[in-house]
Amino acid sequence: MGNKQTIFTDEQLDAYQDCTFFTRKEILRLHGRYHELAPHLVPMDYTKEPDCKLPLALIVAMPELNENPFRNRIVESFSEDGLGNQSFNDFVDMFSVLSEMAPRELKAIFAFKIYDFNVDNFLCKEDLEQTLNRLTKEELTEEEVQLVCEKAIEEADLDGDHKLSFADFENMITRAPDFLSTFHIRI
Amino acid sequence: MNRTPVKEQGRGKERRRSTAKKLKPGTATGNVFGSTNSSQPQFHPCLLLDMCHYFKQPLCPCLSSEQESSEDGDKEGEGEDEEVEEEEEEVEKEVRPETLTPEELEKLKEAVDDKKKLIQALRGKPWPMKKKHSTLRESQEFLEKYEGALGKGKGRKLYAYKVMMNKKWMKFKRDFENFTTACIPWEMKIKEIESHFGSSVASYFIFLRWMYGINMILFDNIGTVPRAEETNAMDFAVLWDFGGYAQYSVLFYGYYNSQRAIGWLKFRMPLSYFLVGVGTVAYSYMVVIRKMARNANETGGGDENSFNFSWKTFTSWDYLIGNPETADNKFASITTSFKEAILEEQESRKDDNIHLTRFLRVLANFLVLCCLAGSGYLIYFVVRRSQKFALEGFENHTWWERNEVNMVMSLLGMFCPMLFDVISALENYHPRVALQWQLGRIFALFLGNLYTFIIALMDEINLKRKEEDVVQFNMTMWEASLHNNTADNSTAPPLFTHPADVPRGPCWETMVGQEFVRLIISDTMTTYITLLIGDFLRAVLVRFLNYCWCWDLEAGFPSYSEFDVSGNVLGLIFNQGMIWMGAFYAPCLPALNVLRLHVSMYLQCWAVMCCNVPQERVFKASGSNNFYMAMLLVILFLSTLPAIYTIVTIPPSFDCGPFSGKARMFDVIQETLESDFPAWISKVFSYAANPGLVLPFMLLMVLAIYYLQSTSKSYKEANVELKKKLQMVN
Repeated sequence: MGNKQTIFTDEQLDAYQDCTFFTRKEILRLHGRYHELAPHLVPMDYTKEPDCKLPLALIVAMPELNENPFRNRIVESFSEDGLGNQSFNDFVDMFSVLSEMAPRELKAIFAFKIYDFNVDNFLCKEDLEQTLNRLTKEELTEEEVQLVCEKAIEEADLDGDHKLSFADFENMITRAPDFLSTFHIRI
Repeated sequence: MNRTPVKEQGRGKERRRSTAKKLKPGTATGNVFGSTNSSQPQFHPCLLLDMCHYFKQPLCPCLSSEQESSEDGDKEGEGEDEEVEEEEEEVEKEVRPETLTPEELEKLKEAVDDKKKLIQALRGKPWPMKKKHSTLRESQEFLEKYEGALGKGKGRKLYAYKVMMNKKWMKFKRDFENFTTACIPWEMKIKEIESHFGSSVASYFIFLRWMYGINMILFDNIGTVPRAEETNAMDFAVLWDFGGYAQYSVLFYGYYNSQRAIGWLKFRMPLSYFLVGVGTVAYSYMVVIRKMARNANETGGGDENSFNFSWKTFTSWDYLIGNPETADNKFASITTSFKEAILEEQESRKDDNIHLTRFLRVLANFLVLCCLAGSGYLIYFVVRRSQKFALEGFENHTWWERNEVNMVMSLLGMFCPMLFDVISALENYHPRVALQWQLGRIFALFLGNLYTFIIALMDEINLKRKEEDVVQFNMTMWEASLHNNTADNSTAPPLFTHPADVPRGPCWETMVGQEFVRLIISDTMTTYITLLIGDFLRAVLVRFLNYCWCWDLEAGFPSYSEFDVSGNVLGLIFNQGMIWMGAFYAPCLPALNVLRLHVSMYLQCWAVMCCNVPQERVFKASGSNNFYMAMLLVILFLSTLPAIYTIVTIPPSFDCGPFSGKARMFDVIQETLESDFPAWISKVFSYAANPGLVLPFMLLMVLAIYYLQSTSKSYKEANVELKKKLQMVN
């Protein structure tokens, strides 16, 4: 408050505060983290809104994302081109949705996007199989994987099309007691 | 020129029809975007056109039918997003509010309010940042343009003032939020723990931080009771026995004197002490219940078993994990959990030998009951012994004998849970059920110990009161003797004795406070020492002896210890219970607790990072987040019971504390009502306290609870029915 910083104009910081769940200090800190991922690519002066994007490989190397089995999907879901190249806006967006203050509904929307590997707006059996294999590092046998996926779809599918639409997914995930505490990254 | 279609809703169509009626027919021109006809009335395309741009109710009557038909074809089904896509063009027209009809003024106001709401809700929208930024910019421009215009009508000064105050308020709120988030302590520490140990261990530390906040507020509450000027016991030295000066210091109840009004403030000391006590309890209840309600809202009242596999698939990975070792552990535990769930799903639960299992379980419970009874008796015995020591004078005994009670209680609290753990191996339950039983037994142990302690304390209180009678008797004799002496000198000055010479009566309240403080300190010491020995020493031994030992100490026995989340949370809850119990008699307790929690935070954070390994299998005691909150509430209730009992039944000491001289402590309320408030208030209270009024009121509340319970049950059933219908329809 009152420290003269030259990374963003005050209007930009206010706009970020209105559009995300972060405070001014956190936004500046996020910029610091984004910058240190590629100090030569990312300018320190964002007042002119430079068009700078960082590739997927750099972002998933962050310690917060490095151990996550879904890190590629996370970064892809928050990038404009869908391939994982993130501008600073996308970067801030990603951590805002994954922060503690984001509401359940918003998190559910992006969780659905993340687990939708083939990006067809449905969680079909293949999506679930991929999720499961990443979660267990392929330790489960083929029959076990099939059983779990079938049971999961059976439990959550309300409209009977053997795949989970967003409405099915949201209905299921909003009741989960662990969802808010596990779908959370602290930055 | 691009024509981006305007999304419309059924409602909009009606509106359009109604506004179309108002305007003259033939004012509509074909092209909405950009073409202007100077023969049009000034405000017509400008204002309403802008509003068409910004939200979903096209009010502009000049939308032609061709526009309409093209829109129908362009309808998309976008689920959550109902907002209108932004237009590029804006028609700049002068807005003259005098030319606006009241209806249009109304619509403009609505539009302004909608814009404001949109800005507020922008964070929660699932749009990419660019879209959010541009929506924000456009909404802000709209607000700037039209909010000012609205103010130009009647009452414009008031409106402009309101707008300015609103802006200042928003800015203040934002700065305050920035400030408060910067103030939250220990954020980085907790992040480190989360990334190494996952969210369940970190939840203990977050709980600790929350407790710290509550105790700070309790401490502030109590600190506002002003310290009287005569501070002949200003020494805050914390002597282990809390005797001497500290006994009369502000730490304890006995310090506060019973003057009705202090100084020029006419501060009612007794009343304020009483109210502060009641206030802190009420605050604690409110905070706990509020947190429970918030947790319950978030959980949405789900049924635990209907989404078992889906939840395992989508919510078992903890996104907070940043450490490779923890991640490996997590993968392993997720795999195990899936295998278990599959096994349970595939085979029906066949017990090989149900009678043996039942017998073993009964045996285990019997052993546990013996344990509990034994520990209760031990405490009682030790407290009696310490009373005997007290009568003989403490100086004759060793340190152990003086502090026997506290030590025994702390050691029991340490060793009995381990015993329960061993006994539960007989029972062969599913780990989650076993954890629930374990927690229940530890709960019973702590509760039993605490209540035995209090009952023993009651005996001591009675002893002190007998002593009081003796002292009172002696005092009258002493005063009488003084009078006799001075009666001889008729010109003697008025009776003057140095305050320190006046024999002071024993103060049972302070004694109770002292006991509690001693208990809490010894409890704290035991916890820290156990931590150091059990975790740190063990880790050091395993690490360094491993080089010269026959088997691998790290992989086999004893290996590094795991952080016991539920045990620690329970300890924290009981600690808080003791604070609540003793806070009335030793107002320093919350302050002590704040200090203790502060130290605990740093010590346990260090210990967990240095000596513990992440848990292999994580079992939550219950699916609901409210499990520990519910226990906290129960403890709060049980802790306030003894204090209430003593307030209502035992007469306060005659010589110390704010309530001295009264028959019962709550008489102070009666007195205040009689003397300080106008007569009609006391009449109202006496009517309200009439049993004839209280009983029907309680009956009414019971009926209300029953009614609410049955409606909630019927809602749940309706929910299940609807779900079935949904599945059947498809």
